Amino acid sequence: MDPIIVTEKLSKRFGDNWAVRDLSLSVPRGQVFGFLGPNGAGKTTTVRLLNGILEPTEGTARVMALDPALSGSDIRLRTGVLTENPSLYEALTARENLRFFGEVYGVGQMLLESRIDELLQRFGLLERADEKTGAYSRGMKQRLAIARALLHEPDILFLDEPTAGLDPAAARAVVDMVQGLSRDQGHTIFMCTHNLVEAERLCDLVGVIHRGRLRALGSPADLARQLWHNLTLEIDLHGPPSDTVRNSILNVRGVEDLRIDEHLAIVQVSDADVTPVVVREVVSAGGQVYAVRTREHGLEDVYFALEHEEVDAGQEGSVNA
Amino acid sequence: MRNWNWRGMRAVIAKDLAQVKQNTMVWLPMIILPVILQVLMPLGMILAPQLAGEAAVDMGEIEPLLKMLPASLVAGMEEFSPEALWVVLSSSYLFAPFFLIVPIMVSSILAADSIVGEKERKTMEGLLYTPLTDSELYVAKALVAVIPALSISLGSFILYTLVVNIAGYPVVGRIFFPTAIWWPLVFWLAPAVSVAGLGVTVLISSKAKTFMQAQQLGGVLVLPIVGWMVAQSAGVFFMGQSLMILVGLFVWAMGLWLIWIGARTLSRSNLISRI
Ligand SMILES: Nc1ncnc2c1ncn2[C@@H]1O[C@H](COP(=O)(O)OP(=O)(O)OP(=O)(O)O)[C@@H](O)[C@H]1O
Ligand SMILES: [Mg+2]
Repeated sequence: MDPIIVTEKLSKRFGDNWAVRDLSLSVPRGQVFGFLGPNGAGKTTTVRLLNGILEPTEGTARVMALDPALSGSDIRLRTGVLTENPSLYEALTARENLRFFGEVYGVGQMLLESRIDELLQRFGLLERADEKTGAYSRGMKQRLAIARALLHEPDILFLDEPTAGLDPAAARAVVDMVQGLSRDQGHTIFMCTHNLVEAERLCDLVGVIHRGRLRALGSPADLARQLWHNLTLEIDLHGPPSDTVRNSILNVRGVEDLRIDEHLAIVQVSDADVTPVVVREVVSAGGQVYAVRTREHGLEDVYFALEHEEVDAGQEGSVNA
Repeated sequence: MRNWNWRGMRAVIAKDLAQVKQNTMVWLPMIILPVILQVLMPLGMILAPQLAGEAAVDMGEIEPLLKMLPASLVAGMEEFSPEALWVVLSSSYLFAPFFLIVPIMVSSILAADSIVGEKERKTMEGLLYTPLTDSELYVAKALVAVIPALSISLGSFILYTLVVNIAGYPVVGRIFFPTAIWWPLVFWLAPAVSVAGLGVTVLISSKAKTFMQAQQLGGVLVLPIVGWMVAQSAGVFFMGQSLMILVGLFVWAMGLWLIWIGARTLSRSNLISRI
């Protein structure tokens, strides 16, 4: 399918600092893209570049086949953005806020009022719709800001750290909502976050950015596989294995490494099909198998592995892609 | 190019004015200033001599002005009593500079609130992500300042006309206001200064972080008016109609130039970088 967002060596420099450097990525329509990276990595800057709010220093971008540097207004008409700060008019009520943005985005007068009611209802704000938003809690403001971003039924929804500063229940509600939006309504979602658990749960595709550069791109599982080609097995033997058992494991084709950790044998295998063979060999060598667990690498491992790579590369003065 | 998003611009103007209504610090001065300048001060000046008796009229104060007035304006004043002369000259000429304070202050207060206020209240980013183009946003913000400035200035002119005619009637004996210079003053110079006030505030706004900051700097705008006032009452110079039209032309040119420059400093990418 046609990618809805494509960037080619997109770069933005502020003074001497490259906030985004040579960013090349493509996001397919209808996917949830997670943009991961630590503070100051360049996530927000990228969102601004894609919406034509900042002009790139170098490189190009296409959002819905339009160039943000030239057709920013047309792009923004079809994107909805939840900014890091909810950006609500606190002296106005929720309804007034939504009405204002609806008019600016050109939502038809007749449609607008029913859209507003529907969104307020969906986000549980209907009872307090005529209160000034200054009196809202952080979670309510966030919900209203998301409602605002959806008001004009955008093709792409940008969410910049949608759960930052929310309590676990409110964060959960936002995550569920994002999941619903992508599943039921087929929105393309571009989500900046440093919450790895969320990204892993929500995202079809993940890009890891660090110091302005894209360090990895793929589905959460792909990324783990790219970094760890093998799978880790933990075999619980209730005690250190005998030499026969050890040798039987090491002789299996596809076993790459064996470590003993107290009563656990930790085995690296090249793929999942090796697992039953290992178990059979252990048993026939007289080993008592109490449990077998596979440990998969998650996004968190990926993230910190990349961070380490960066630090190591920095220390050794070598460049590591 | 697509059509301008007038509905969106109108929404911005309505939204900004709705916020002004909620912010006493912003709307109160816009009421108080005209009341003081266009009602209380002229009333005091006209009524004080009437209440205190003839001796209170200090001809010394209007003598320099009288000497400067062109013959065309003095014509018809010969039969006035000193008190009547005082009322007519002070309300028509001594007070004229005051009239410009309202359009300047209103346009700069509103421009500061609608531009810097948007940063201060952390709502600028949301606004920049809307489909409004830089020009649409800029024109809307300019209109937020200029439309009320012109309306309030017109309103205070009407108020002033009523006040001086009514308060001065017992002494002058006829409707004497507005005199000729007030037409270019109200309809040419006042809009010019409100546009210039807007232009200066726009430039300040690109740097200022808070409304108060922008306001304090904007206060400088009143200085030329004070200069005119002092010069006129000291008998240094008198601004007649033609000079006023000329000065207006200069102020218009400067104001429009400032607004032109301001459009560049308030571009999206500049605004987002200074949030
Ligand atoms: N307007 C600006 N002027 C100068 N430097 C900027 C500007 N905006 C961003 N930067 C710099 O660019 C880099 C990337 O910032 P950005 O806000 O995009 O990071 P981020 O990934 O969104 O971080 P966070 O997770 O903290 O939100 C940072 O070093 C930041 O200081
Ligand atoms: Mg950010």
